[in-house]
Amino acid sequence: MKLLVCISQTPDTTAKVSFNNDGTDFNAAGVQFIMNPYDEWYALVRACELSEATGGKVTALNVGPATNETVIRKALAIGADDAVRIDADPKSAAYTARQIAEYARSQGYDIIFFGKETIDYNGSEVGAMVAEYLDLPYVSYASKLDLNGSVAMLEREIEGGIETLEVDLPCVISAAKGMAEQRIPNMKGIMTSRSKPLSVVPPVAYDEPVKATKFTLPPAKAGVKLVSPDNMDELVRLLHEEAKII
Amino acid sequence: MVLVFAESPRGQFKKSAFEAVTYGKKVADMMGVACEVLTLGTVQDAAQLGKYGASKVLNIADTAYNDFDSQEQAAAIADVAKSRGATVIILSHSSTGKSISGRVAIRLDAGLVSGANALPTISGGAFTVTKGVFSGKAIAEYAITSPIKVVSLMGNAVKPEVSGQPAHVENITTSAAKGRIRVKSVKTQEGTVPLPEAEIVVSAGRGMKGPENWGIVEDLAKTLNATTACSRPVADSHWRPHHEHVGQTGIAIRPNLYIAIGISGAIQHLAGVNNSKVIVVINKDSEAPFFKAADYGVVGDLFEIVPRLTDAFKKFKANQ
Ligand SMILES: Cc1cc2nc3c(=O)[nH]c(=O)nc-3n(C[C@H](O)[C@H](O)[C@H](O)COP(=O)(O)OP(=O)(O)OC[C@H]3O[C@@H](n4cnc5c(N)ncnc54)[C@H](O)[C@@H]3O)c2cc1C
Repeated sequence: MKLLVCISQTPDTTAKVSFNNDGTDFNAAGVQFIMNPYDEWYALVRACELSEATGGKVTALNVGPATNETVIRKALAIGADDAVRIDADPKSAAYTARQIAEYARSQGYDIIFFGKETIDYNGSEVGAMVAEYLDLPYVSYASKLDLNGSVAMLEREIEGGIETLEVDLPCVISAAKGMAEQRIPNMKGIMTSRSKPLSVVPPVAYDEPVKATKFTLPPAKAGVKLVSPDNMDELVRLLHEEAKII
Repeated sequence: MVLVFAESPRGQFKKSAFEAVTYGKKVADMMGVACEVLTLGTVQDAAQLGKYGASKVLNIADTAYNDFDSQEQAAAIADVAKSRGATVIILSHSSTGKSISGRVAIRLDAGLVSGANALPTISGGAFTVTKGVFSGKAIAEYAITSPIKVVSLMGNAVKPEVSGQPAHVENITTSAAKGRIRVKSVKTQEGTVPLPEAEIVVSAGRGMKGPENWGIVEDLAKTLNATTACSRPVADSHWRPHHEHVGQTGIAIRPNLYIAIGISGAIQHLAGVNNSKVIVVINKDSEAPFFKAADYGVVGDLFEIVPRLTDAFKKFKANQ
């Protein structure tokens, strides 16, 4: 069983978000970076569990610059067997997807995993694009994944419910809460992660059809209006007459 | 031409489909072109989409499309977009839409902006769309430079608007290939509006002390016809089901009214809810960070305040 887990590096969830150069670039100064939580907690851990159970191999892949190698080593510490870094600084989901698809095309993976979205650009796009490039079935927001021979048994989150599906391998999935439990790398994992193979692959040329042109911060709230806990009629009145939402 | 894909889970359109058609119609008007809508599988009353602005509804009635299959659905949408000469394709940024939009974009060599939160700006050849990024902490503007553009629309970003008459439904007869995805069963919670679509959300956190106390939250939600949500530790402790978890690592929502009860307002929680139009915070700690993000606040014991608020809403409703 060959499994590929595509991991992204994102600002830490507590990062203060600000922009440089007239709002065109994310201001990375002082920001801690982490592995995108969905990629780490659910996709990577489930891939490792499946590979441990069936005797497979897990490759972690990141499209990013050399500075991302700390996060890639963390994936190796959690349990990936080897890693690939496609040496580029992606600016869009489309670019990332193209790089991943070009690399994965000839590798014969049984399952390609993504997290359900990244917590920075919130696209939820890359998995679907890679699946299309490779002509593979794709299920997003999978909250459960088991294998039955060459069939993946999945649950996926839908609006107000859960859908149970079977998908023929090879396939592409994006992982959501429920698929696995977060794993803290142990000492042995951290030690071996240093010597596990990490290969660096050049990107293919690709013209992006979408470009971020400007980032802004949402308008600040005017300030909270406090209502006495003894006067809930007043709160209801405000919601009705002032906010006009009930 | 603008082509909208109107999703019809189990044959029924939901609010998100009406939003997508409303949005598609407005984009089409900006461009001075027609807005056509595609539906897949067995659908009930496809003609009603005309009321939201569809000049024509195209339906591929093959029952193979009744169930989710991102590959077959994307292929059908892209084929119709090509044969009708669509230059803008609109989908919902729903669970199914997220499986499909990226595929449609690749098939059409098109740029995709997913989760758009407003109408695009179209001037000359430039087409820009905004969306929330960094889980609601910022807004990004994207320029799509390809000739064909795909946009998926965030729930609750526009209001469905009735602007016309029921449309003519034209049946297209192509058929789906045998897919590699088989839907086995679907479980839905009946009677509640799913969180991403909810207009009023009543959400509670660790201040509730334990799952046995949720009755007052449910009473308030019922009075308001609201959907219930919770903070992450509440879901992690299994006080409430996972699908109620909102925030940066849960569901991101943008209801008209978000009532936060006994939630401190950690940055990761705010990230998923700060796009709500109006936020009411009930917390006994006047220093709780949530008050900074709130429109209205009540400082005090939630166990006293929430039942009082429910009564006040009941009284208000009775007098309406
Ligand atoms: C990577 C990462 C991702 C995360 N993602 C999310 C996410 O998606 N969503 C999320 O919610 N959290 C998330 N968190 C967790 C987040 O940091 C907070 O820990 C969490 O939101 C706190 O939940 P809470 O407000 O319910 O509990 P607490 O922080 O414990 O707050 C409880 C509040 O209740 C109030 N209270 C107590 N008793 C009463 C009473 N009787 N009456 C009135 N008020 C009372 C207290 O004053 C307090 O403000 C994430 C954390 C990390 C590290």
